Amino acid sequence: MAANGDTQTVSEYIVHHLTNLTYGKLPGGYERYDGTIVPEAGQWTMAHGSDEMTAMGFNAVHVDSMIWSVGLGLIFCWVFRRVAVRASAGVPTGLVNFIEMVVEFVDGTVKDTFHGRNPLIAPLALTIFVWVFLMNLMDLIPVDLIPHSLMLVGVEYQKIVPSTDPNITMGMAIGVFLLMLFYSIKVKGFGFVKELTLNPFNHPLFIPINLFMEVVGLLAKPFSLGLRLFGNMYAGEMIFILIAALFSVGLFWLLPAALLQVGWAIFHILVITLQAFIFMVLTIVYLSMAHEDH
Amino acid sequence: MNINLTLIGQLIAFVAFVAFCMRYVWPPIAGAMAERQDKIAEGLAAADRAGHDLEVAQQQVDEQLAEAKREAAGIIEAANKRAQAVVEEAKDTASTEAERVKAAAAAEIEQERARAQEQLLTQVSALALAGAEKILAAEIDADKHSDLLKTLSVDS
Repeated sequence: MAANGDTQTVSEYIVHHLTNLTYGKLPGGYERYDGTIVPEAGQWTMAHGSDEMTAMGFNAVHVDSMIWSVGLGLIFCWVFRRVAVRASAGVPTGLVNFIEMVVEFVDGTVKDTFHGRNPLIAPLALTIFVWVFLMNLMDLIPVDLIPHSLMLVGVEYQKIVPSTDPNITMGMAIGVFLLMLFYSIKVKGFGFVKELTLNPFNHPLFIPINLFMEVVGLLAKPFSLGLRLFGNMYAGEMIFILIAALFSVGLFWLLPAALLQVGWAIFHILVITLQAFIFMVLTIVYLSMAHEDH
Repeated sequence: MNINLTLIGQLIAFVAFVAFCMRYVWPPIAGAMAERQDKIAEGLAAADRAGHDLEVAQQQVDEQLAEAKREAAGIIEAANKRAQAVVEEAKDTASTEAERVKAAAAAEIEQERARAQEQLLTQVSALALAGAEKILAAEIDADKHSDLLKTLSVDS
């Protein structure tokens, strides 16, 4: 239990677990948690409590999400780069074998789904799959282990699963969305405009209706992509936290809660892999649609 | 659930990682895998070819073996024939020689007989003449009747 004293309630425990470590700019004149007033020009600082985070608004960074996300991305790059350097046409061994299996799996999925020729798609899919998987994998680390350890050395909040942060998932989804727009315009040119305006009712009168429907459909893609991953991981993390909260209810709950924790973790192995896979496949499908004229 | 600058940060990180993967990770691994695939395909094809070659060679060996056997059989047959012919010839020669020797012997015998007959005749005629001479001592003059005696000896 990440108990901060005897007074922490279960709801406080849960909220604490769902709060990011935030660094941001407080607006001028804001009264901080300890009563100090922020200078007129504003102030960049670590947020303390959810009120300050709300006050920071958009001018804030979730430091924990960024560190874990980028760190895991760097691990991905490092491991795969090492294999890429060692890869040869000879007999593969150990790690090379495993990485090649992943690469082949991604390559197969891309070839099944994406029929155009674009050297970006396969590496993009590989990056998404492995990176998202690694971020989801953080969910399997016991919920209190890292946050509580860091709290002991003075870090107040810590959310170690980046994919439970909508900023992270939406950041990637927006990246995919920009690629969709880019390839739609590059491949179809003016046809993209026609697709937005003359579909599904091919009549000049219906252009506003078509445009509205198509734009909604287009925007739904990145949102469904990012929010699906976020929702699934957030819910999964929430269950872990709730089960962990059971430990505080009483000694009787120790064993059932432990069993539940293990059971949910085993089930979650499936979920995190599936979510990473879905994110990858949807990216490929959306980009494939961007490349094809209807 | 605040949307904030993390979004932009993640977007930048995303672009960077994808770019890195596209530039430094995917091409070497995919290239090595494709190369290995080619190599394996080549190796399998070579193995197939070698198997086929072996089969052809085996067939050739069989053919040559069969031909050699045929040739050997021919040679043996010819040798047998030749041997038979030689024996036959020897037989012929031998029998001819035997005939010849026999004929020569017969001729010699005949000659011998004729000479003996002649000699005998001569002796008989001489004996007869002597007898007759003794018998006819006075009556017959040898010189006078020699012609007659000669005719007699030839007739007998």
